[in-house]
Amino acid sequence: MAIEDDVLVVGGGVAGMTAALAAADAGASVRLVTKKQSTLRHASGLADVLGYADDALVADPFGALSRLPDDHPYSIVGAAAIRAGLERFDAVTGESYRGGHTDRNALVPTHGGTVKPTARYPESAAAGLASDERDALLVGFETLAAFDAPFAAAHLEAVGVPFGVRGATVAFPGTPRSDATATWYARALDDDADGVRERLARRVARVHDGEPRVGFPAVLGETHSREVREALTEVLGAAVFEVPMGPPSVPGMRLESSFRAALEEATVRVVRNPVVDYETDGDGRLSAAVVDRNGQRIPHHASSFVLATGGLVGKGLDADRERVREPVFGCRVPHPADRYDWFVDDVYGDQPYPRFGVRTDDDLRPLGASGRVEFENLRAAGGVLGGYDFAAECSGTGVSLATGEAAGRAAVGEAIQ
Amino acid sequence: MAVTVSRGRVQYRTDGMQSRTEVLVVGGGSTGCGVARDLARRGVDVTLVETGTLTNGTTGRMHGLLHSGGRYAVSDRASARECIAENRVLRDVAAHCVEPTGGLFVKRPEDPDDYFEAKLEGCRACDVPAAVLSGAEAREREPHLARDVEKAIAVPDAAIDPFRLCVANAVDAEDHGARVETHAEVTDLLLEGGAVVGARVEHASGKGPGARGRPGETEEIRADHVVNAAGAWAGEIGALAGLDVAVRPSKGVMTVMNTRQVDTVINRCRPKGDADIVVPHETACILGTTDVEVDDPEDYPEDREEVDRVIDTLAELVPLLREARTIRSFWGVRPLYEPPGTDTEDPTDVTRDFFTLDHADRDGVPGMTSIVGGKLTTYRLMAESIADHVCAKLGVRARCDTDEVPLPGSERPGDLDAAMERFGLRSPIARRSAERLGSRTTAVLARCDPNPIVCPCEAVTRAEVRDAVDGTGADLNGVRIRTRASMGNCQGGRCAHRLAAELHPAHDEAVARAALNDLRDERWKGQRHALWGEQLSQAALNYALCAATMNEDADPARTGATVAWDAFDDGRVASDDGRTAPGVGRDETDGVRGGPDGD
Repeated sequence: MAIEDDVLVVGGGVAGMTAALAAADAGASVRLVTKKQSTLRHASGLADVLGYADDALVADPFGALSRLPDDHPYSIVGAAAIRAGLERFDAVTGESYRGGHTDRNALVPTHGGTVKPTARYPESAAAGLASDERDALLVGFETLAAFDAPFAAAHLEAVGVPFGVRGATVAFPGTPRSDATATWYARALDDDADGVRERLARRVARVHDGEPRVGFPAVLGETHSREVREALTEVLGAAVFEVPMGPPSVPGMRLESSFRAALEEATVRVVRNPVVDYETDGDGRLSAAVVDRNGQRIPHHASSFVLATGGLVGKGLDADRERVREPVFGCRVPHPADRYDWFVDDVYGDQPYPRFGVRTDDDLRPLGASGRVEFENLRAAGGVLGGYDFAAECSGTGVSLATGEAAGRAAVGEAIQ
Repeated sequence: MAVTVSRGRVQYRTDGMQSRTEVLVVGGGSTGCGVARDLARRGVDVTLVETGTLTNGTTGRMHGLLHSGGRYAVSDRASARECIAENRVLRDVAAHCVEPTGGLFVKRPEDPDDYFEAKLEGCRACDVPAAVLSGAEAREREPHLARDVEKAIAVPDAAIDPFRLCVANAVDAEDHGARVETHAEVTDLLLEGGAVVGARVEHASGKGPGARGRPGETEEIRADHVVNAAGAWAGEIGALAGLDVAVRPSKGVMTVMNTRQVDTVINRCRPKGDADIVVPHETACILGTTDVEVDDPEDYPEDREEVDRVIDTLAELVPLLREARTIRSFWGVRPLYEPPGTDTEDPTDVTRDFFTLDHADRDGVPGMTSIVGGKLTTYRLMAESIADHVCAKLGVRARCDTDEVPLPGSERPGDLDAAMERFGLRSPIARRSAERLGSRTTAVLARCDPNPIVCPCEAVTRAEVRDAVDGTGADLNGVRIRTRASMGNCQGGRCAHRLAAELHPAHDEAVARAALNDLRDERWKGQRHALWGEQLSQAALNYALCAATMNEDADPARTGATVAWDAFDDGRVASDDGRTAPGVGRDETDGVRGGPDGD
């Protein structure tokens, strides 16, 4: 039987899932094709909207939008799409995220010991905000080299945070393997075998000196995070928070679970196979994306398509020594001809490569070399878009939400008011 | 009047430090460290100074080939004989630095037959074991060799870790009383009565192994004799005494692959040419190289074209290389030298032999000897030769023993299995650690329990990192060369901040952060030459981690920006009457909080 939907979304990150939910909300039948593990487990789990504009720290992202260039994805979709995307995020994450009460950014301590601006943060990180003036104790685990609490605390002091902060290292109960990752700790705390939560809490209590809040690396349970925090709170008598970490990121995995649940509820079908080819109707429109299922080529037909395969990290963009390309639909990716112009020498300078991506018209349709749209019924969202540097701007999740929402709605002929 | 305080050999004076030594060695590459070790073992009082970290110059920027001599068997039989002799010595005394990979000289259809025969004959004449393999036999050994490779000569080439080798020499020198100062730049030579009597040194980071935080201290080191072992920089040192040491620096690119496409050193069997060697090295392969003379060993172009050429040319031997992932490229500068008047046009033709220049004999300036030319494989022989020369001048009669006495780490090969057993490390990790540490494994790993992995790519544990910090101080590039941490696929993306954390609290947070920045810069420098395919994706991931997740790029501690903390969300929600209340859905964990609103 032929596979036929109203909307086919290619890509399973925040942008793709948001686009699928937006289209499904409008009553469309939606299928989402994703090739592998999502890059969400690489991300911190914070939902940034805009943390920096013109290299300056931004307290109110919406107030700073006018400072962005015209070809920035936010300039293309506008503030209303950002708000719509955030509303969707809040609906998907429910009680598990905070920050929706204000337009202002929050400053969240990072595992390296500085702070970063973000618009939404997991409830598990809420007690850790840097504008909160309560003193804090950071706790690291001897065996978890990725988070060194005394070093992070000393760094936060160098940053000038408005509270006293101290770090302590404890031995995690049991004997973690020498290469145990964040997920190992999270699962140990989820399982709570041998009372590991309480044993950990008792060890922390010995170094706790009455600080009203205590921060841990973000490994406090993947599936039972609230119970884990409650167990620690009960013994310590202090608010407990998580400091977001690099991959594998437990908050990123929790966020992915929330989106997966929302997709299921919205009856979006998820296909985990790679797109290897596409078909057109010969009239400038895509008619199908061809999916490889165990060596079999299966066309997935749809009226409208969304490309949300991510940027260089998620392989939504690919490069050889000569050129950068978008491998699924072959959309044009403008870039300098010489690969030595893809970077600048200062590692944190104004790097060109993070801005690589497809360029679109006002309706998020990728543009070809002639300035005409590549396909009438293809829209792009998230990291595959060019014209922004999500890391320097702290804008990654926000762009994915805003453009995902806009692309998903446009795919079914709806505009954001 | 300067006040002097005596602390060991060093006199601290209010106007700078002074110290005395018998021999001052300038240069912390393989030659300088080899000379320091050799002299120290003969009972000579030695001070070694190095501008950067050990191996900072050419030693740390080569492909890590321990020559069998096969490469020189046609053009330079004297070098070939030296190479095979030293190859045998180093397999013994530096066992923990050498991986006996073996090597092949492979012939493609277009490579000349008579050269293949000349190579074989040359090897046999120079005592280099050589066996001819058919194309099929060569491919059986290395399945990724091109299908049209016709035949090959197998020789005992090997891979050698120049970092480990150099550090082991320095450690043994120190164990025999030498003083080794890194980050100590020679700014002038001291001349008295037409003789060199020492050097003025500026400690970039304060005195002591890798100490940081007291930059700009100067020290006058007076010596009975100065050995200029500055390699490609020997000309600049010579010039400080008005001496002409005509080193011809020649750059060559090395491109690092992410995995071992071959387990044997692969050489192309043709007269000469660029891009003709692949050396398997730890988890990687290193492709080399080019040979282009440069004016300044510090400042030369790093050309895209050179990277492309080594990949494309070597793909003729190993086709897999064309599409394989490269993780970085780096350039090294050979300290080529030829006697005045030789004037060879092509740097490829300049001899790889070494020369001892006694400036008393040559220039009428006593007190200093320069050693120039040469190659890593014969570093020990060069060191022996110059140490003999210096000892003759100083009247020291002790004999060289570096051809017989193993380097620290290579004494007891049997210790490795015992260490694995004792530390209960999962075997792949233990194996990697043990290979790096050799017979020091037990002593090093015993210092940390538990001992987590800090660098996942290279399976480097905390104990190794702390051991390296003891040796090098707050210099993460020094830690890198000692442990291989941050040298794998992710180029420090995951481990760099963890390495910095290991410096703290022994070193201040700001010092650790500065060391982190230095490591990031160094890792980026090489990755820039590999920014396509998988490594561009990796670079983008690293950037996301560092700039987005960690926000290092905009860290107020780095940029100096002031933050208006109260302009940001503090987690509380303003309620209708203007008072603040806990945010929507705050759970009971917030009940313990005493906020300014008095709840």
